[in-house]
Amino acid sequence: MAEADSVHGHGEARVQGGLVAALGRERPLRLESGVTLGPFTIAYQTYGRLDAERRNAILICHALTGDQHVASRHPVTGKPGWWESMVGPGRVIDTERYFVICANVLGGCMGSSGPTEIDPASGKPYGLAFPVVTIADMVNAQAMLLDHLGIPDLFCVIGGSMGGMQVLQWAASYPDRVFSAIPIACAARHSAQNIAFHEVGRQAIMADPEWRGGDYLSLGSNPRAGLAVARMAAHITYLSETALHRKFGRNLQNRERITFGFEADFQVESYLRHQGSTFVERFDANSYLYITRAMDYFDLAAEHGGVLAKAFSGTRTRFCVVSFTSDWLFPTRESREVVHALNAAAANVSFVEIESDKGHDAFLLDEPEMFKILRGFLEGSAEHRGLRR
Amino acid sequence: MNERPGASQRGIRIDLLSIADMVEPRSRVLDVGCGDGALLDYLARFKQVDGRGLEISQAGVNACVAQGLSVIQGDADADLKDYPANAFDYVILSQTLQATRRPRQVLTDLLRIGRRAIVSFPNFGYWRVRLDLLLGGRMPMTGTLDQPWYETPNIHLCTIEDFLDLSRDLGIAIERRIAIDGKGRSRQGGRPLDNLLAEQALFLLRKNG
Repeated sequence: MAEADSVHGHGEARVQGGLVAALGRERPLRLESGVTLGPFTIAYQTYGRLDAERRNAILICHALTGDQHVASRHPVTGKPGWWESMVGPGRVIDTERYFVICANVLGGCMGSSGPTEIDPASGKPYGLAFPVVTIADMVNAQAMLLDHLGIPDLFCVIGGSMGGMQVLQWAASYPDRVFSAIPIACAARHSAQNIAFHEVGRQAIMADPEWRGGDYLSLGSNPRAGLAVARMAAHITYLSETALHRKFGRNLQNRERITFGFEADFQVESYLRHQGSTFVERFDANSYLYITRAMDYFDLAAEHGGVLAKAFSGTRTRFCVVSFTSDWLFPTRESREVVHALNAAAANVSFVEIESDKGHDAFLLDEPEMFKILRGFLEGSAEHRGLRR
Repeated sequence: MNERPGASQRGIRIDLLSIADMVEPRSRVLDVGCGDGALLDYLARFKQVDGRGLEISQAGVNACVAQGLSVIQGDADADLKDYPANAFDYVILSQTLQATRRPRQVLTDLLRIGRRAIVSFPNFGYWRVRLDLLLGGRMPMTGTLDQPWYETPNIHLCTIEDFLDLSRDLGIAIERRIAIDGKGRSRQGGRPLDNLLAEQALFLLRKNG
């Protein structure tokens, strides 16, 4: 990892395997809820080197349960970065050419201000005293990080799922700071069905007696079971029926026949339990509440009188909208609505739907067609921006 | 189709080249039914055009975007209504009008979105077409109408005279017209025998007034 040391200003600390910026000391962040937050911290990672003109920066926005470790080993799990197939030397987002930034979202639990951090007012972890944040708040915090790093504008903002929501918000809030935008597998607003799934997850967490009204960190407990169930339910929505069937079918888990009990007889049950139990090792239950809420509240058209096109009027950003055929969480129809709005704003937009049976999670997986298309889109955009090879 | 070697790195069809000749450098262009993006690529390279494409086949779209072109999946009937008025200097509809469900609406949309429209189509008044039907008694097949009746996407074929009538109805002015004969030779301007001799026709249109 070659960091451009020149861009890391003062007021900087290294946390476990990463960087943290202290922001909002002079000018606090005014949240959409009306609450002001400051000072606050944003934990982030960078890869590659910022060029002399400061024009080659790419911001990667992570999804609900992602974090800043996009292309480096995760400090908790020890696993490779969550998007190493996309980001790295010679990859589509080539860290030998671009300066890549990925920040943990506001409300997250990997070093950015959120419910797990200490509330200066009480000296205890925030818990539910942390203000509710929105996608726009996350993006405003990232913009402050860029100010802090001395980066005037971004060559590209890219992200999938909730990351894609942030991309759309970036393009709407800071059109002059976004040269190109790649929202993947996302929508301009969270659907009723998606809010419903999130509510199931939140209720699972809050129903766990270990949750203790959100004060579990102070009281020394942890709602593992609730968070694991939330993850299990959500994980199903990230896959497709075809993918689940191909992977597991009705296969039994390490047994010859069904047991007439409630052990994990089926492989798919065992798989989900594993997903749940590993997730709680790296994620915080309250963060899960806050971030799912931020997604639920997202409705980009709402702040523009219900007309999505107005969010993008006059934009000069180059867009590449990407969806996947088997994604039922953020179906192509919703990407198409974004595209229609961009057309209505006479924006420069490309839109591709990629054939895949891997469901919503396809954007994180090895999808050669996506790589080929995004490589071409970035190449064309770099040419337009006059970036040197 | 005729190729003109050296026109671009990979060559471009003669009818596309005639279209490209009508486009002013550095203008904003929407190519409706842009296929593999050959025309958009040519316009970007040689005329520094700010180009966008609309293409019905997803494979075509993906190929275009992978080349760095700005293209979305969609078609003339469904998607033109989203675009605001006068968003482009030129809207191009090449060999597609006859395959749209509502050609009249499509033509109206083209000239709402673009200050000018460039439209090409196979001329059903072409003598070979007439002769095929007259003597053969079966649906005609020619170089531009190269599929049997049960395979063709063409549902609204017309002659040059039909097209002129509709343009008049819609208050569309014809700035330039080119007739392309069966050998790929093009003739500028309107001549009385075009409707008989032209296999394809190409029009540069703008709104009257």
